[in-house]
Amino acid sequence: MNTKTYKPLLIFIAFLFLTLFLLLPLLIIFIGAFSQGFGVFWHSITEPAARHAIFLTLLVVVVTVPLHTLFGLSAAWALTKYRFRGRQLLITLIEIPFAVSPVIAGLVFIILYGVNGFLGEWLLANNLQIIFAVPGIIFATMFVTLPFIARELIPLMEAQGSDAEEASLTLGAGGFRTFYHVTLPAIKWGLLYGVILCSARAIGEFGAVSVVSGRIRGATNTMPLHVEILYNEYQFAAAFSVALLMSLFAIFTIVIKQVVERKQQLG
Amino acid sequence: MKRTLPGFPLSFGFMMFYMSFIVFIPLIALVWYTMGIGWEAFWNAIFDPRLFAALRLSFSASFIAAIINGVFGLLIAWVLVRYDFFGKRIMDGMIDLPFALPTAVAGIALTSLYAENGWIGSLLAPLGIQVAFTPIGVTIALTFIGLPFVVRMVEPVLRSLDQETEEAAGLLGASPFTIFKTVLLPLLTPAILAGMTLAFARALGEYGSVVFIAGNIPMQTEIVPLLIMNKLEQFDYAGATAIATVMLALSFILLLGANILQWWLSRNLGQKVVDSSR
Repeated sequence: MNTKTYKPLLIFIAFLFLTLFLLLPLLIIFIGAFSQGFGVFWHSITEPAARHAIFLTLLVVVVTVPLHTLFGLSAAWALTKYRFRGRQLLITLIEIPFAVSPVIAGLVFIILYGVNGFLGEWLLANNLQIIFAVPGIIFATMFVTLPFIARELIPLMEAQGSDAEEASLTLGAGGFRTFYHVTLPAIKWGLLYGVILCSARAIGEFGAVSVVSGRIRGATNTMPLHVEILYNEYQFAAAFSVALLMSLFAIFTIVIKQVVERKQQLG
Repeated sequence: MKRTLPGFPLSFGFMMFYMSFIVFIPLIALVWYTMGIGWEAFWNAIFDPRLFAALRLSFSASFIAAIINGVFGLLIAWVLVRYDFFGKRIMDGMIDLPFALPTAVAGIALTSLYAENGWIGSLLAPLGIQVAFTPIGVTIALTFIGLPFVVRMVEPVLRSLDQETEEAAGLLGASPFTIFKTVLLPLLTPAILAGMTLAFARALGEYGSVVFIAGNIPMQTEIVPLLIMNKLEQFDYAGATAIATVMLALSFILLLGANILQWWLSRNLGQKVVDSSR
């Protein structure tokens, strides 16, 4: 089909649409962050409340991502190296958090662990607090980000099959050694992207965390919640400064994806 | 297939334990709790004009956003697959931005852009168009959130098509528009619909990018997730869980629909691969 005539027009429309919806929002974050000079930007990301929000966000990532990595590897191994009834159903079930509103993802933990929740009295009796505290934030983030690493690995390991592993076992290598020397090298790029995307989403989770956090400044505020508070207080430059830090990680995520796709095409 | 590989009980066991603990048990608790509040409380929470207004807004804005993403997603996928041009890799990378950017960041950026004194808002204000704090603003945020779905769903299908049919139709004298309508669109429709369904489902539950630009005026610019949030802030757990259960049911129906479309798609694509290899 001779579409050459339409080429410039279609490319122009695509660029115009993406500029309006993606490029300008990104640009306004950069401009907003430095609108009152570098000093205000630097102060906004180093003052105590911001430092605490950054610390708490990193804590959530450090707990969530390694556990999700372990889950992703287990799920991909169990669901691609063996054939059993209900396998396809389980692959679909992993994606359930994508279909659940983040607000509902937060709500379920209030129902379970809140004061009036199913385990509320028991937690209170044992002096444990989950809701309106850091554990609640971690649970809510884990719910929302659960599928990210698994769904990168499952198609990769599915396509790879298990002949190489079987050969390695036949040659006398143990299960973990086979996994480390045969399976892992073949999936490492997909795993890397999964881990980074999962981290980006864990850093940026807002709805679910906002439900369970209690939004106590300096105690249960993650970076997105800190941005919300600053924005609602009309401290736009400060809000955009913290937003910029998170945007830089989002851009890093996208760059890694491009690199990984290129590596996978070559290898 | 032989089950020679070790580690099935360990990996399967850990997967099931982890998913149950993080996802299944909490979701079951929600449904269980809703069943415990009784029919009357449930109906009182559901038959609320404010909820109807929120549902109408959530559904219509998500639907319009899905349509916009269907049209432009197809166009962008086409441009990325069929053309070579300067900046193509940047365009390809940018598509994933809504997946990676925190929703709250997208929310404040879009609000600043479309507010009356913003870059785009100030251009639209003289025309009498207000975007921020209106349903149009909600639709724009939901379009942003759903942007990657159709592109990423259509791209592989478009790449897998051989161009012989299009060329044959062209040789037989069909216009580009006719070729698009009769040759390409039927093959791409399932992928477009699957992408739109995912974008729609994501938009229905979206919170972070919407709350800033919506202005959250009751009966006017209040989306369903925000209504759940409001009920929670008033400690009305019965009301919040009732709405959440209804939303959950709707989301699962949508996820099922998207899965059926994807299944249909992979089956038909599989067929296609066999055909061309013969």
